[in-house]
Amino acid sequence: MQDASLTEGAAVPAEAGLGDYFQLLKPRVMSLVVFTALVGLLVAPGGVHPYIAFVAVLCIAVGAGASGALNMWWDSDIDIKMRRTRSRPIPGGRVRREEALGLGLALSGFAVVLLWLATNLLAAGLLAFTIFFYAVIYSMILKRRTPQNIVIGGAAGAFPPMIGWAVVTGGVSLESVLMFLLIFMWTPPHFWALALFVKSDYGDAGVPMLTETHGRAATRRQILAYTLPLVAVSLGIGFTSIGGWIYLAAALALDIWFALGVLAIARRSEAEAEADSYATEKRVFMVSLWYLFGHFGALLAQSALSAFWGS
Amino acid sequence: MAIRVEHELHRRRSGRNWGLLIILIAFVGLVFGLTVVKVTRLGDARAFESFDHVANPALVPQEEEGARQ
Repeated sequence: MQDASLTEGAAVPAEAGLGDYFQLLKPRVMSLVVFTALVGLLVAPGGVHPYIAFVAVLCIAVGAGASGALNMWWDSDIDIKMRRTRSRPIPGGRVRREEALGLGLALSGFAVVLLWLATNLLAAGLLAFTIFFYAVIYSMILKRRTPQNIVIGGAAGAFPPMIGWAVVTGGVSLESVLMFLLIFMWTPPHFWALALFVKSDYGDAGVPMLTETHGRAATRRQILAYTLPLVAVSLGIGFTSIGGWIYLAAALALDIWFALGVLAIARRSEAEAEADSYATEKRVFMVSLWYLFGHFGALLAQSALSAFWGS
Repeated sequence: MAIRVEHELHRRRSGRNWGLLIILIAFVGLVFGLTVVKVTRLGDARAFESFDHVANPALVPQEEEGARQ
């Protein structure tokens, strides 16, 4: 017994702090989840008690964090091979894989059950499906098999506004589906713009990324291909009950800004990109961040001003 | 004889243990707050009181009034 405990101790030389467990929850991803879920909740028709709204957003954030911990548990073998992920708590030797699995499962159960008790079964069911989708469908099945991993896996990040909407309405509607589609269609251009200028070592880790399986020219065309339906979804939201002139004006401006950048990416050759150190690709990646936050911010502004004018 | 529990491990894990304590207290507070909000939003309290199938004094006066008439 003593030998076993010593062996275990040797596998984890550094003592894990609370911050290491927090890192397992991928806090940066959580911020996007919290923002989009909150917007979905606030623009939904009807209302919910502020404390219930707080608990709901907390549960959605914890659920997203739990799926991040499960992802780190499953991917610890490839995380240690890549520079970007090498210092994560598990490959860094501060947290054991089993701890990440335990934390992920416990937080998943906590978030889903509490969301059910606080709101309704549909919202909790959607959260459970989101965690399952990210941990099992994306991490375990798709990530190492297909270069379309980002596309389908992006659905996991697209569910939060739909859950926020379900918290208030108890249902799914055209508006919540379109908010889902906005994030779903946005994810591929966003990540592939990043993949073009970041020298990744996904290939060494055995993860098929589009830039490596189909080449950079094909990736540029794919970015454009996904941007067209993205623009359509973005403008389509403007004509639903949560849209309006404020949203449409903001969405149109963001669409033009983003589409011009994407067109520039599609027209460039790899030699041109290398000549200016991928300046356009870096700019479009930054614009894509503003694009998503801008759209959800505009929805929030539209909702607040509609309520003000309506009263 | 005083029992000495101080060990190097305790110092090393002190931050983690305090953090866990705060999380547990926050969890209790969260569930308590949720309970308060849920109970105070029930509207007619009798709907809640009659839920446990226990004789409810709040309902008796109505029956008594009905019996007197």
